Amino acid sequence: MSSACDFLVIGAGPAGMAAAATAAKLGVSTLVVDEQPAPGGQIYRGVEQRDANKPGVSHDDWARCAALAQEFRASGARYQPNTQVWQLEKNRKVYVSDGAKASCITAKRVLIATGAMERPLPFPGWTLPGVMTVGAAQILYKTSGWVPHAGAWIAGSGPLLWLYAAQALEAGGKFEGILDTTPKANYVHALRHGINALRAKEYLDRGMALQQSVRKSGVRIIDDVNAIEAKGDGALNRVHVHTGRHWQDMPATRLLVHQGIVPNTHTTRSLNAAHRWDKAQHAFAPVADAWGNLDAEGYAVAGDGAGIAGAEAAAVQGRLAGLEAARALGVIDAAQRDQQAMPLQAELKQHLAIRPFLDQVFAPRAGLLTPHDDVLVCRCECITAKQIREAAMLAGMGPNQVKAFTRCGMGPCQGRMCGMAATEIIAHARGVSATDIGVFNVRPPLKPLSLAELAALQAP
Amino acid sequence: MSQELITVYVEGTPVSVSPHDSAAAAALKAGLAHTRLSPVSGEPRAPYCMMGVCFECLMVIDGVPSRQACMVRVHAGMRIERQNEAKVWA
Amino acid sequence: MNSMANVVVIGGGVVGSAIAYGLAKIGGRGAGVVVLDEGDDAIRASRVNFGLVWLHSKGDGMAAYGFWTRKSCDIWRQFADEIRDETGVNTHYVKSGGLNYCLSEAEFETRTEMITRMREQADNDPYEARMIDRAELQRLMPRAQFGHEVLGASFGPHDGTCSPLNLLHALHAGLKKHGADYRPNSPALEVKPLAQGFEVRTPRGTITTPKVVLAAGHGSMKLERALGFDVEIIAERGQIVVTERVADMGILPANGVRQTVEGTVIIGSTTEDVGFDTSTTPQAGATMVRRQLRVFPALAHVRAVRTWAGLRTLTRDECPVYEASEQYPGAFIATCHSGVTLAAVHAKVLADAIHRGKFTPEIGAFHGRRLK
Repeated sequence: MSSACDFLVIGAGPAGMAAAATAAKLGVSTLVVDEQPAPGGQIYRGVEQRDANKPGVSHDDWARCAALAQEFRASGARYQPNTQVWQLEKNRKVYVSDGAKASCITAKRVLIATGAMERPLPFPGWTLPGVMTVGAAQILYKTSGWVPHAGAWIAGSGPLLWLYAAQALEAGGKFEGILDTTPKANYVHALRHGINALRAKEYLDRGMALQQSVRKSGVRIIDDVNAIEAKGDGALNRVHVHTGRHWQDMPATRLLVHQGIVPNTHTTRSLNAAHRWDKAQHAFAPVADAWGNLDAEGYAVAGDGAGIAGAEAAAVQGRLAGLEAARALGVIDAAQRDQQAMPLQAELKQHLAIRPFLDQVFAPRAGLLTPHDDVLVCRCECITAKQIREAAMLAGMGPNQVKAFTRCGMGPCQGRMCGMAATEIIAHARGVSATDIGVFNVRPPLKPLSLAELAALQAP
Repeated sequence: MSQELITVYVEGTPVSVSPHDSAAAAALKAGLAHTRLSPVSGEPRAPYCMMGVCFECLMVIDGVPSRQACMVRVHAGMRIERQNEAKVWA
Repeated sequence: MNSMANVVVIGGGVVGSAIAYGLAKIGGRGAGVVVLDEGDDAIRASRVNFGLVWLHSKGDGMAAYGFWTRKSCDIWRQFADEIRDETGVNTHYVKSGGLNYCLSEAEFETRTEMITRMREQADNDPYEARMIDRAELQRLMPRAQFGHEVLGASFGPHDGTCSPLNLLHALHAGLKKHGADYRPNSPALEVKPLAQGFEVRTPRGTITTPKVVLAAGHGSMKLERALGFDVEIIAERGQIVVTERVADMGILPANGVRQTVEGTVIIGSTTEDVGFDTSTTPQAGATMVRRQLRVFPALAHVRAVRTWAGLRTLTRDECPVYEASEQYPGAFIATCHSGVTLAAVHAKVLADAIHRGKFTPEIGAFHGRRLK
């Protein structure tokens, strides 16, 4: 079964929903494919099913996301949930699967709105059952109302950490403590962005209020943590924390870690589109113009997948990409696009004002970026930092030869979890920058699919 | 969010879950410490990201191995089992 | 930065690395071997490989190729053990015997004709591949569950497999061990014959050397003329599909499907004339998979994790070309598409001939003049 549409949107988070709604309302034939069962993406996960009056929900800006989901549903855009995109071709043939059969969608324009993921930072013991990310815990809270009750620690840095802690506490969750790895010096460095950030006062106020509510709750907070180790035999039972000059050992049954979020570039990289190293966000991001257009003809990107800017900015970027799609498809002309875009561009600027400040405050602690030799970096293939370093020194080149020599990045996650760390480790070992080292090439399928699914693909 | 609970079977044990839960959430609610053994090292692993990028939640769901349990919504009667070997070969 | 070398090998893939490894090993610490390689994103056929160490279909129409391949299969074990002991990297070579499945009467007949032809061609040297029926397949692989269309296969007792990525890794570790000067991100931009020896220009300086070996796959094409070579190297795209790790299937390797030591199943491969395009195409993947599901239907639920495309380095008759330049003594070219199968003879026999500066008739048979 193959199908066609004018505008194909991949992902139904804020950027994807806003882009699809904008384009569809202008009369563009729009299809949204989403790997999730319902709209919302990660940030607005479960938006259509949640009760606004439940504790903690208010922090999610629920009204705004519910309104966007409603607008999307009413826009006339077609929505195809539970659909996995597994390959993109230059000619905008997009291969998908519903879990049983692969098929092909031919589109004139494609918007990649695949969002962000948490920065995967390997540390000792991070593969132990009992260790999961803060984002994972937040998804469990959003979809299942689950919050931890005993033996749980939160560790790391970033706005999501405080947001989740506040939500979970409000919903009756309990934490043994929060291990904040944010370097104190980050706040000092960030001050130079302070004036600019004041233009986004709303963000700052919200962030401060969240931190204060967590601190006021009386939960133990250990600041300026240098390093964390998860310990246990087959499952987490202790957390080792390094502060100042000494280690502390704490009992733990659950450790929720977070080190900020980064663009999920797996899809854009699979197109061999140009990517840049964003020094401030310490991550790779696709190179795109003001409308999100990539250097792959007919492909664009919007939202956090283009660079971390937050959910509200993502929705605005999505609208801009929707207008650009309408223009490219001849539904509106450039002047109409520009006119409708003007207030959106002003709004986007407002949202982006806070970013340099946030990027600086929550910049990952340098010591955590290059794990010790015995730390397992590739979770799938069980490859250690030492193996990566040795292969890097032998190969004298980048991650792709290291992948060939070690199998790092060859498991089912296809390098999503180890790729950034491998780049950092190789760059550090060879004394060059991450830009010079590059990243793993992405090999289709973007997610594993069964041979039966693949075999079911019909000839065009 | 008032809704009927449904029953799924995690490692054969009936568990009541919300129809919005993922299979991985159901495994967690059932108290499963680990969801698979690494096919490389044999170490126990459990869901890490819950958003479909870490592939630690690969489980046998309704008899089909290697499914991302965090990406699969439950349905009544769903059988959710640990993936304890590289793969059982017929 | 300019430098000198005793020999410069251009190409750090399996062909160049095997020759350079052999040269470094023969010459010892003072061998002065420099290996020039491209960077991380090079079109690198060595990284896209099925991992067959394969005899039974080689040499149809050119007996010398059959003999040369047999020689490599005969010494692969020793080569694999040596390089593992030297570097600690296991190439996982196994001489298991290998198959080519036939899924219809017509396929079985065509295959039988080929096997018969090659047996006759091999005259004095025993050619041991033979056709086997389904019952014998089942005896060879008691646990395998074949699809109903599997009628039989051709079987080559000297065939086997290795991990091609580990082979490349081992060769590079071996280069280091034997003191070769491996230079990544240093493609040869130009090779110039001098009155005595050669000058090789790279982005990181010029190297002067009395001996140069061109083994850069497709990259050799733009350098060979200056050394008096005129070998046509054709790019043929091959795609493969790699699955997740599965439990041991107890199957012998076959052309088109094999299980690796890690447990992944490799399915391949296409032969496509598409120029220098290394993208994978879903349709090709689906076609290859459909065929192998006819062999092993139970693979249906196994998940594909990666698809790969690489460019074979073919000559017109698909056999290797080795030449020592008559015009510029000291210049050599080596190209073939079976760099894995031939790695053992490249490291042990060809490297030795290049070291001595003289080709034996066995190697001389692969001069490119046969293609003119």
